[in-house]
Amino acid sequence: MTGLTGERPKGASSPLPGAHGRARRAWRQAAGQAVLVTAVLLGIWQGIVWLFALPPFILPGPGRVALALWENAGLIVHHAGITALEVGLGLLFGVILGVSTAISLAASPMARAMARPALVATQAVPVFALAPILNLWLGFGMGSKVLMAVLIIYFPVAWAFFDGLVRTPPGWMDLARTMGATPRQVMWRIRVPAAVPALASGLRLAAVYAPIGAVIGEWVGSAGGLGYLMLWANGQVKIDLTFAALAVLAALTLLLHRVVGAMSDWMVARVG
Amino acid sequence: MSAPAVSFEGAVWLGSAPLFGPVRIELVPGGWTCLLGPSGCGKSTVLRLIAGLATGPRFEGTVSASDDRTVEGRVAYMAQEDLLLPWLDVAGNVALGARLRGGVPDAGRVQDLVARLGLTEHAHKRRAALSGGQRQRVALARTLMEDRPIVLLDEPFSALDAVTRAEMQELASEVLTGRTVLLVTHDPGEAARLADRIYLMGGGAMRQVSAPNGRAIRPVDAPEVMRSSAELLAALRAA
Repeated sequence: MTGLTGERPKGASSPLPGAHGRARRAWRQAAGQAVLVTAVLLGIWQGIVWLFALPPFILPGPGRVALALWENAGLIVHHAGITALEVGLGLLFGVILGVSTAISLAASPMARAMARPALVATQAVPVFALAPILNLWLGFGMGSKVLMAVLIIYFPVAWAFFDGLVRTPPGWMDLARTMGATPRQVMWRIRVPAAVPALASGLRLAAVYAPIGAVIGEWVGSAGGLGYLMLWANGQVKIDLTFAALAVLAALTLLLHRVVGAMSDWMVARVG
Repeated sequence: MSAPAVSFEGAVWLGSAPLFGPVRIELVPGGWTCLLGPSGCGKSTVLRLIAGLATGPRFEGTVSASDDRTVEGRVAYMAQEDLLLPWLDVAGNVALGARLRGGVPDAGRVQDLVARLGLTEHAHKRRAALSGGQRQRVALARTLMEDRPIVLLDEPFSALDAVTRAEMQELASEVLTGRTVLLVTHDPGEAARLADRIYLMGGGAMRQVSAPNGRAIRPVDAPEVMRSSAELLAALRAA
C-alpha cells in the first residue's frame, strides 16, 4: 500500500493535476472505508458464530461461505447468469414501458385524465402477490420472472419521469409558444431532456427493485436462478451455499446499481 | 420589414378585483415603447397578453396591430431569465426556433448572428460556460433569429451588472432598429435612454409621460436623460 500512496505518473499532462489528484485521493479514501467496513462486518459475523457456538447448518461463518462459493463456482455462475438475464430483460422492458407511459401521459391531457387514477390504483395491489398468478399463466420459465421485474419497476420509472415531464420550467414553455413550436418538437427538444434528471432517479430505484422482482418470481416456482438455488440449497441443508448465493445476489445488485448510476450520471451530464 | 403599431386596450381582473384597467397603450411602430412601473403592478401581464401567453388573471379587451393582421405569431420574446437550454450550445440555442417548428435552421444566418453579437469564439459553449452578459447576448441573438416585426422584452437587462447592462442596452437598440419594441422595465434610467414613448403604470392606472428629446439610444450622461430619469423616478415614487 505504502508503495502506491502519493505516487504520480511522471510527466502526466492532465490539464488539472490538482483536481485529478483530489478525485483519486477521494476514490482511494472511499475504497479504503469500504474495505474497512466490510472487514468489521465479517469480523462481527465470525464473532457471532464463535460466541454462540452456532452449528454451520444454522449460520456458517464467512470462511465456510467463501469455501462454498469457491467449490460451487460453476453452479453459482450458471444460476447467477439466469437471474442476471431475467433482471436485465426486466429492466429493459420495464424502462421502455415506463418511459412510453410517462411520455403519453404528459403529451395528452385526455390520457392523463383516464389513465392516471388507474395507474395509482394498481399500486394498491402488492406486486409480490401476483407472483403465483404469473407463474400459473406464464409457467416456470424465465417469462414470469421477467414480467415480475417489469411490473415492479414500471411504476417508479413511469412516475418519476412523468413528474419530470410535467414540471418543465414555464419560461421555456412560454418561449416555445412565442416561437410557434409544435407540441411534438416541444416534447422531444425541451420537455424530455429537461426531465432526464427525474428519469435518472427513477432508473436508480429500478436498478435496486428489479432483482427483488426476479428473485421473488424464482421463489414462487422455477428451475433456475439464484433464488431457486437458495431454496434448493436450503432444502439440502447446504446453508453455506444458500449464503454464497445470497452474497452473489447482493454483489449483482450492487453492480447493477453502479452501472445504472453511471449511465444516469452520464445522461444528466449530457443535458446539464 | 414594415413594423406595425400595436395597441393594447382593456382591463385585467384577479378574480373579482381589478388588477388594472381599463387601460390603453399604443406601441410606436418601428420604435421603442417603454412600460415603466414597480414590481407587481401588472406590466408583465400586459406584455404576456400581447405575446399571447397564458396569464393567471382574466383579460377583457383587445390586442391589435395597425396593419389589421393578428399580433400572435409575429412576436419575438425575451425575458429576464435567458431561457437558454443548458444541453444546447450557443449556436444550438440561437437556432432553437426553427427546430421547434420542425424545420431546419439556416446555418449561415445562425453563424452571422452569432458573429454580429460577438459570440463567435463562444459558439460551441454551453450555458454553464457563459457569463450573465454573454447569456443575454445569446438570448438576443435567438430573438433576432426569429426575425419578427414585434419584439417584446420583459426586463431583459435587470439581472445584469451596471456596465454590462449599459452595453446590452446599446447593442439591443442597434440590432432591433426598425422593429416595434415593447420594453417592460422598472428602471427609470433604462426608459430614459431607450424609449420613444413611455407609459407609467402603477396603482391600477396607466398614463403616458413624455420621453426625453432626441432619438434613442441616448447617452447615459446626456442632461435630458438624467433629468427625465429623475422625473420618472419621482413619478414612480408618487404613484
